[in-house]
Amino acid sequence: MLQSDTLKKRALKAREKKAALGEDIELEEFEKEEPGEHEELETLEELPEKYKKDVLNVGVEPSGTGRSGTFLQIDQSGVCTNCQSESIELMNMKDALEKHDWLNDYMWKAVAVDTDKYTAETALRESGGYFIRSLPNSKEIFPIQACMFIGGADVAQTVHNIIIAEENSELHIITGCTTGSDIQRALHVGVSEFYLKKGAKITFTMVHNWAEQVEVRPRTGVILGDDTTYINNYILTSPVRTIQTYPTAYCQGENSRAVFQSILSGKKDSIMDTGSRTILTGRNSSTEMVTRAVSNDESQIYTRGHLSGQSQEVKGHLECMGLVLSDDSMIYSVPELEGSATNLELSHEAAVGKIAEEEVQYLMSRGLTEDEAASMIVRGFLSMDITGLPPELAAETKKMLDLSLQGM
Amino acid sequence: MLLEITDLAVEVDEKEILSDIDLYIDEGETHVLLGPNGSGKSTLFMSILGFPKYNITRGKIIFKGEDITHLGTTERVKMGIGVSFQNPPSIRGVKLMDLLKIEHHEDVKEELSPEIMEQASKLKFDERFLERNVNLGFSGGEVKRSEILQLLAQKPDFIMFDEPDSGVDIENVELLAEEINTLLDKDRKPGLRKNSGLLITHLGYILNFVTADTAHVLMDGKIACSGNPDEILEDVRKEGFKGCVECCNPIH
Repeated sequence: MLQSDTLKKRALKAREKKAALGEDIELEEFEKEEPGEHEELETLEELPEKYKKDVLNVGVEPSGTGRSGTFLQIDQSGVCTNCQSESIELMNMKDALEKHDWLNDYMWKAVAVDTDKYTAETALRESGGYFIRSLPNSKEIFPIQACMFIGGADVAQTVHNIIIAEENSELHIITGCTTGSDIQRALHVGVSEFYLKKGAKITFTMVHNWAEQVEVRPRTGVILGDDTTYINNYILTSPVRTIQTYPTAYCQGENSRAVFQSILSGKKDSIMDTGSRTILTGRNSSTEMVTRAVSNDESQIYTRGHLSGQSQEVKGHLECMGLVLSDDSMIYSVPELEGSATNLELSHEAAVGKIAEEEVQYLMSRGLTEDEAASMIVRGFLSMDITGLPPELAAETKKMLDLSLQGM
Repeated sequence: MLLEITDLAVEVDEKEILSDIDLYIDEGETHVLLGPNGSGKSTLFMSILGFPKYNITRGKIIFKGEDITHLGTTERVKMGIGVSFQNPPSIRGVKLMDLLKIEHHEDVKEELSPEIMEQASKLKFDERFLERNVNLGFSGGEVKRSEILQLLAQKPDFIMFDEPDSGVDIENVELLAEEINTLLDKDRKPGLRKNSGLLITHLGYILNFVTADTAHVLMDGKIACSGNPDEILEDVRKEGFKGCVECCNPIH
């Protein structure tokens, strides 16, 4: 889906370009389905029962209750797009590009097309994805729900999303990405570009629940204007083969603020390499990053954070807490602070350790076994309060988190 | 006999903290453990609970006729031992409400039973308080009341209270004492009481509201004397622990 020759040239050039981080994936090993393979649905109620259960597990409500709209992509086909809100535009990327000429101005502006082979592949293929736009001065408290679903074996799913919050609008998105319960291996590449106009707020809450042999390569860029707030919440508590992601927020506007909150639980031999980066250039812009990570089995978790303060009066704080629960697992915390202007404040605190024995014994003295006590403490550790959401969505998110933690 | 401790010696980090401990508590009895700071009172509690750090080098602990000397904490608790801690740890992310459900063998997904809810309000906790993380940011008094509430949910037969009145204002001491009396079957006639208790108290203030059958004074890791709680307490108040040891006769 490329309109410009220059972009196409750049994408072609980056076709073999390995990503800066994460295991290199051979894209040829995966099947490339064309769009239109799956039948379109009016609502998610029409989904086969077994799929309904899968999407429920990642917080997607098939009935659409409590949601302002729904988007579902199965493999490479956008199969469901419906929106009840009058203040939000929700469309397939393809339809959106046909409708809005100006949309091309937003393509590959927050994420470079030649970042690596995954962005290049997404650009060169006819990728799916959604377009969400909240209209100026609107506030929709119910979230849009988006679901990226992989239903076919060995599928390479590529997605390109554009999300625009117009001036003084407020937009909430929850997105669940998952695979059918019969799927083993697949690849998911999701490019998401967020644009926040003056005074806008976006919250983006993502729950992943992949099959054990799925490779995941999201690529996310967020451009923040004056007086904007972007809140990104990420929950991954189920096994995956590898995931590598490093969303970047560009706090260009005055008083812009980016928040990243991540909850990670490594299982089996998952390799989870997740980070967040904020480039603070706007006056008085700020960022906060909070991560809770737990490593089990043979999992490896890399949690990265890069705070780059490039102008005066900017602030950033990064917090990462990790529990290593198995000798064969690992948590590698990499906080990076970069200050290149006077009068800024950047800080981080990171701690990787074990469960407090005193807490385990306390619970055992109330009749829990050692294992029950440990798992209760770990669930508690991960169930951190996700801040910045309106009350209804906070409760919903808490439910989604509890659901993810229950399965642990 | 409910609890029989004979010739017990306990080491912590290879240092002997308790030795020659003999203690017998029968069904329905409440005993008080007095003694200066560092005399080993809490160590005795933790040894009875079976915390791994407390290494039993000699002697035996028999509970309900069964040798539990080397049994794990969970098993002991399941046999009916309960404890109220002086300074319990806080557990981030774990709600008091959920812990109560587990202690009362309720389904965590269901609402808290009316029975426990009623006991909670007796202890001046509302539903919102029960949603808080266990001990996190609790005041001294809230910690003590939460410990007692958890024991009410757990319903043990033998309960150890470690300084249940320290840091609690006078009004709340009476409230706590009332619930401790419930836990210890004090509303029944002495001969009909089933539940037993062992109570550590520093000031003995709680004993104005909770009657005890026997008191023991622990000094330097040994039981220096045992006897009538009122008499022993009066001596301690008058002369401190040293004086008490000099004039009391060991009963064993």
